Amino acid sequence: MLSGHLDQLEAESIHILREVAASFAHPVILYSVGKDSSVLVHLARKAFSPGKIPFPLVHIDTTYEYPELIEFRDWFVSQIGARLIVHINEEAVAAGTNPYALGTAKCCSLLRTRALVEGLEKLGADAAIGGARRDEERSRAKERVFSFRNRFGQWDPKDQRPELWNLYNPKVDPGESMRVFPLSNWTEFDVWRYIEREEIPIVPLYFAAPREVYVRGNSLIPVKANVRPLPGEQPQIRLCRMRSLGCTPCSGAIESDADTVPKIIDELFLFRRSERENRVIDHDQDGSMEIKKREGYF
Amino acid sequence: MQTTLRFSTAGSVDDGKSTLIGRLLFDTNGAYDDQIEAVRNSKVNRSGRELDLSLLTDGLRAEREQGITIDVAYRFFATAKRRFRIADTPGHEQYTRNMATGASTSDAAIILVDAIKGVSRQTLRHATISSLLGIEHLIFAVNKMDAMDWREDVYAGICAELRRHCSRWPGARLHYLPVSALDGDNVARRGGRAAWYNGPSLLDLIETLEISPAPAPFRFPVQYVIRPGDGFRGFAGRVASGTVAPGDTVAVLPSGRRATVRGVHTFDGPQPAAHEGQSVTLILDEEVDISRGDLISLDRARPELSRHLEADLVWMAEEPLDLNFPYLLRAATRELSAMVSSIHWSLDPATGEQLPAHTAQLNDILRISLETTQPLAFDPYSRCRETGSFILIHPRTNRTIAAGMIVRGRPQQDQKDARLAFDLGPVTPGERAERYGHLPAVVSSPNPDLLERQLFEHGALVVRWPSAPPPGLESTGAIIIAPGGLLVPEHGALEFLENAGILIRRENFKSGEGI
Repeated sequence: MLSGHLDQLEAESIHILREVAASFAHPVILYSVGKDSSVLVHLARKAFSPGKIPFPLVHIDTTYEYPELIEFRDWFVSQIGARLIVHINEEAVAAGTNPYALGTAKCCSLLRTRALVEGLEKLGADAAIGGARRDEERSRAKERVFSFRNRFGQWDPKDQRPELWNLYNPKVDPGESMRVFPLSNWTEFDVWRYIEREEIPIVPLYFAAPREVYVRGNSLIPVKANVRPLPGEQPQIRLCRMRSLGCTPCSGAIESDADTVPKIIDELFLFRRSERENRVIDHDQDGSMEIKKREGYF
Repeated sequence: MQTTLRFSTAGSVDDGKSTLIGRLLFDTNGAYDDQIEAVRNSKVNRSGRELDLSLLTDGLRAEREQGITIDVAYRFFATAKRRFRIADTPGHEQYTRNMATGASTSDAAIILVDAIKGVSRQTLRHATISSLLGIEHLIFAVNKMDAMDWREDVYAGICAELRRHCSRWPGARLHYLPVSALDGDNVARRGGRAAWYNGPSLLDLIETLEISPAPAPFRFPVQYVIRPGDGFRGFAGRVASGTVAPGDTVAVLPSGRRATVRGVHTFDGPQPAAHEGQSVTLILDEEVDISRGDLISLDRARPELSRHLEADLVWMAEEPLDLNFPYLLRAATRELSAMVSSIHWSLDPATGEQLPAHTAQLNDILRISLETTQPLAFDPYSRCRETGSFILIHPRTNRTIAAGMIVRGRPQQDQKDARLAFDLGPVTPGERAERYGHLPAVVSSPNPDLLERQLFEHGALVVRWPSAPPPGLESTGAIIIAPGGLLVPEHGALEFLENAGILIRRENFKSGEGI
């Protein structure tokens, strides 16, 4: 028997990653550079050791990424000797897509979802491995580990393949693809405990530091060049950290003095609010994550 | 640290299943404030209470609109004593396949019984499916006791009725308790409204349930061969059961070759042993030809090996079962072509009756005989879930159409004549195709003598027929040379027949190809 809970989760995720490598011709890891992605990449290193990770890391760059995130990405990828592919929806960027003019739902659809579906198509990826977890959001709770996508990259939640035991059905026809979620059964706690145990490097934005922010209700929006203040809004310095990383205009920090992983874990025990609460895009319409997922978002 | 308890929940529509889970999450602080606020602000409230806790779990828009649960949802929560994973499964009969899905990875099942309506067909159906999938603990939560004024006779009557059926759930341990998900009584805390009930609350019960799977010998389905190019050659996989250590002699199935374990490799360094549940990479002492789909076992405790299996099958597709159609079978990491050669019975999970059946419709549960193109190494499901389970995939639509649990293999040799037909059943088209190396066909040729000789030398069952062959002749499995058949060119005839999918090379039986 496996001794610990994390060992059990780790073994399950490694099993899933190896199933992908054995079953698909052109799998990729969707690497968002967030903490879950970092765990995912760490697990992939373990799964194929002493060999290298047999798939490239694909980063969908919305062009509204935190500069700290891009810096970390390039450092981390070179550290572990992985192959990185960056994809941007150039057409939408050239057209000046931004959340202020189009609204967050549309902006997200173009720079994230569209870019993702297009990028995977361009790469001919038949499987895309993501770090999404079932505990993150209600519609994600229903996602399969191997989640089928039709030719348009879309998810049909009412017509998912039954998934029993650890027998995954990887069959897709040309043009169709699979999204695979090795962290399905992990919780936010598990991710942090694992980061602590395995000493996995993560983007420094997760750690508390004094930062210049706009204060909007419970959300602290860090001041960046591409973040527009609301009328009359003044930047303030707050001790804060990011709990979940998204685009600069659309993700908020929380007030916190947790500047180490153990402190973050302690802080989690006190949280009464969910991880993605400060992600504007989850709340821009009723059932918004489900709608985005149907279109092809992670 | 205690392991996670994985449980599934099942109940009919309006049994209050979503409310019960919402209640468990709410009372164990498993729901966040913003999620509770979202429920509070929802336009929908069917509960008649301040908070409609069922909304915490009903994830998809269609469900929230229709007030039903249409897919398996997985939830996680923890108490100071244990972690839990809930597979929340739908109650509708047409979503039974999802119930089986949730049950397949669960250690316990909470089956809701509506105290107002009593034991329903669905209650029995769910208990039977849970038991079939090998769930160790069945917990009958008699809900809506508040609506029955917590009457002891109502509860006792329901328990008595369930006990009358319990012989149909062999191997499962049964638990009963009265609850009110709406008010929270006996869910996460003992309720004061039933002085007659002295048992634990639901949470007390699941915090202390002992999970004790029967110990099984070492089984290791090979997932992937790791060869980084520096001479390292390791077999990656997850230990399905048992333990192995360097020095152990193992057998590789189906080939049966032996080897000795030289090392257990992981990213974190070599390990003294590999235990059940661990994902590791095995290094063997010699160059044995091993690839994905092989099963490594201890040499002295090998699994069974057979092409003929008896299994319980849950049919999960809209389309009916096609007898003798080559489906793709996936068992552990192995993929094979397989046909259902006969149906012994169809099980009515509500009554336990075994009914005659010739096909299967969505949600049917069958006992079947199955035939694979190559021998499959397996254990009975009751002994090892990982090596005793399989799914069937339709080769054309790629859908998962059935889930199966192997009951036993059926040896082909050493049969007494009198029992041969009974044990093996009639000769099937698949058996014929495998023996002759081809599918039945009607062909014609500009040089029929030559074609007949070529096929005969090839080992085919070939006959000449002077006119259009009579119906039924093809059922012999023969290739019939007759006027009006598929025209085969004089040169490269065998190649042509291969490309047409009529001749099958033996090596083509690998990896799901072939018949």
